[in-house]
Amino acid sequence: MQMNLTLFTVLIVVALGVVTAQHEARKMYSEHERLLVLAAQYKTEYEQLQIEQSTWAMHSRVEEMATKQLQMRVPNPQDVQVIVLDGVRK
Amino acid sequence: MEFNRQQQRQRVVELPVWRRRALLVAVLFGFMLLVVQSVSLQSTNKAFLQKKGGDRYIRTLELQADRGKIKDRNGEILAGSSPVASIWVNPSVVKMSEKQKLILAKLLEMKVAALDQKVSNKQKQFIYIKRRIAPDLAEKVKALNIAGIHLEREYKRFYPAGDVTSHVVGFTDVDGNGQEGLELVLNDVLAGKAGQRRVIKDRAGQIVEELEVVREPSDGDELTLSIDRRIQYLVYRELSKAIEFYEAKAGSAVVLDAKTGEVLAMANFPTYNPNNPTNINGKTRNRALTDVFEPGSTMKPVTAAAALEFGGYLTTTKIDTAPGYMKIGPATIHDTHSYAELTVAEVVKMSSNVGSAKIALSLDKQKLWNVFNQLGFGEKTNIGFPGEVRGKVRDYKTWRPIEQATMSYGHGISVTLLQLARAYTVFANNGALMPVSLVKLDKAPAGHPVFSASVANSVKDMLELVVQEGGTGTKAQVAGYRIAGKTGTAHKLGPNGYERDKYVGSFVGLAPASNPRLIMAVMIDEPTSGKYYGGTIAAPVFSSVISEVLRLLAVPQDAPNANLVKPAIDDAEIQEMI
Repeated sequence: MQMNLTLFTVLIVVALGVVTAQHEARKMYSEHERLLVLAAQYKTEYEQLQIEQSTWAMHSRVEEMATKQLQMRVPNPQDVQVIVLDGVRK
Repeated sequence: MEFNRQQQRQRVVELPVWRRRALLVAVLFGFMLLVVQSVSLQSTNKAFLQKKGGDRYIRTLELQADRGKIKDRNGEILAGSSPVASIWVNPSVVKMSEKQKLILAKLLEMKVAALDQKVSNKQKQFIYIKRRIAPDLAEKVKALNIAGIHLEREYKRFYPAGDVTSHVVGFTDVDGNGQEGLELVLNDVLAGKAGQRRVIKDRAGQIVEELEVVREPSDGDELTLSIDRRIQYLVYRELSKAIEFYEAKAGSAVVLDAKTGEVLAMANFPTYNPNNPTNINGKTRNRALTDVFEPGSTMKPVTAAAALEFGGYLTTTKIDTAPGYMKIGPATIHDTHSYAELTVAEVVKMSSNVGSAKIALSLDKQKLWNVFNQLGFGEKTNIGFPGEVRGKVRDYKTWRPIEQATMSYGHGISVTLLQLARAYTVFANNGALMPVSLVKLDKAPAGHPVFSASVANSVKDMLELVVQEGGTGTKAQVAGYRIAGKTGTAHKLGPNGYERDKYVGSFVGLAPASNPRLIMAVMIDEPTSGKYYGGTIAAPVFSSVISEVLRLLAVPQDAPNANLVKPAIDDAEIQEMI
């Protein structure tokens, strides 16, 4: 009788343990899910920013700003001398 | 009270025995029914019922696969996907007030009537109201909180380089399928495959457990093109300037890496914006690959190389071109001047048709045809692009003398600009023809030998004469580098033979001539401003692009910066006979 009661108590404790563990697992799983979604969001945001950067860096736009706003110009080809250092080039 | 209780007790006592039995039987029968039903549910309908039960909490989720990016050879993005939202409505359940309707219509920039029409179709469960709107706008729509209006996440393709690269890259349709260019040919590679997984969701819609991954999603492959966005832009800019200035109908330009055959730039006009491909009829053609033209004198170096290779000619062999015209059967071909005796090199330099024709007529038909064939004329380049055409080289068995003569200076033969540019790789690689590629290569592919190294280099030397004083291509000169190239001008072919006043001006060149790194071919179609010689309209495009590109790539100079001879001032000096 004593034995049975002890086992019964153990059974209850273990059963509660299983429930708790299951609950914890589900909580962690949903946290994991949330983080995965977040990671996907960051990934798309990163790609969005890459595209945005690339769009802002459109050559025609940079050129226009450089020449019109900053009054810059490309040097004449005659004024550019290409210098090749030995050992630097493959 | 007391009385009542007594009465009750009395009644219980008085119950007949059959009633108790009947009740027992009824209860047992009820239990039996339950047992039978549960057995029958468990055994016969188990699978069906489990599925139905599962449907209440098991959800199948789509795992989206990303479409691969397209990048240029330096990793710059040419095409990428970014999420956008599409708004759809379930007309059978939608409920919104007039005020909400007005706000929604205003947000989406739609007419209320148009919105009404979409919402009013009560038979349907799913109708898009507007696709691909910006994410922040989508948030505002969501905030309206209208029952029956939903958001769907979609991807829209963006092309940061816009119309500069549109012909090569192409674009996708609203569902993300490639429609033009590489987006179309490599659609399967880029697209990737969506995956699926089954999960258990709780009442709040949170995923609590993953049951299985039905299919792993696989993202599309990223594609690295051989295109260099910087060079592409320079080509685009200079080509558009020339086309505007000479009021041309269309034009194309191709830049190849002379050693590897990679296409560094490929631009065409007219062009279109792939981010918003509307009203694009006729503008989407990648003319450098899909349109043929008669190249004119840019073909002469090929004839000269054939003559040196197997015709017994030397660079210095003299050809009598007097009196500046020549009768072949009923036809007559002309030169601009009567040059009398010209060497083979001078025939190329002065672009003499008579000289070229005389050389061609002395060559064996089959061998000449074989040269055209080996250089890839009349065959697709296999660059892997939709709509590429093969051009036309007639079978040598059907050649009449006049055809053999005119083909030598690029008439009666039609080619694409890419074929022409590729043919010139033989002059940059000791006689070997390089395959062309739109995808970045790790190492140079093996070339296909067509001419011997000495022949190829002799012709390259002739091509250097073309851009020097007295040649037709002086406007192609570049400060600090030696250039080799050839001009071409041809009448366009119309339905009734050659059109009198429609021309194609072209230039193909190699740079730097001492050890060519780049090949550029420029073609300008139907200039209407009055100028039309290749040396006038196409050579300057070559010069302005190549002078910047050589410095951009830090190609070692092979000439002093003060190497320019005074370029020809007007057409008269660079006239060539067509």
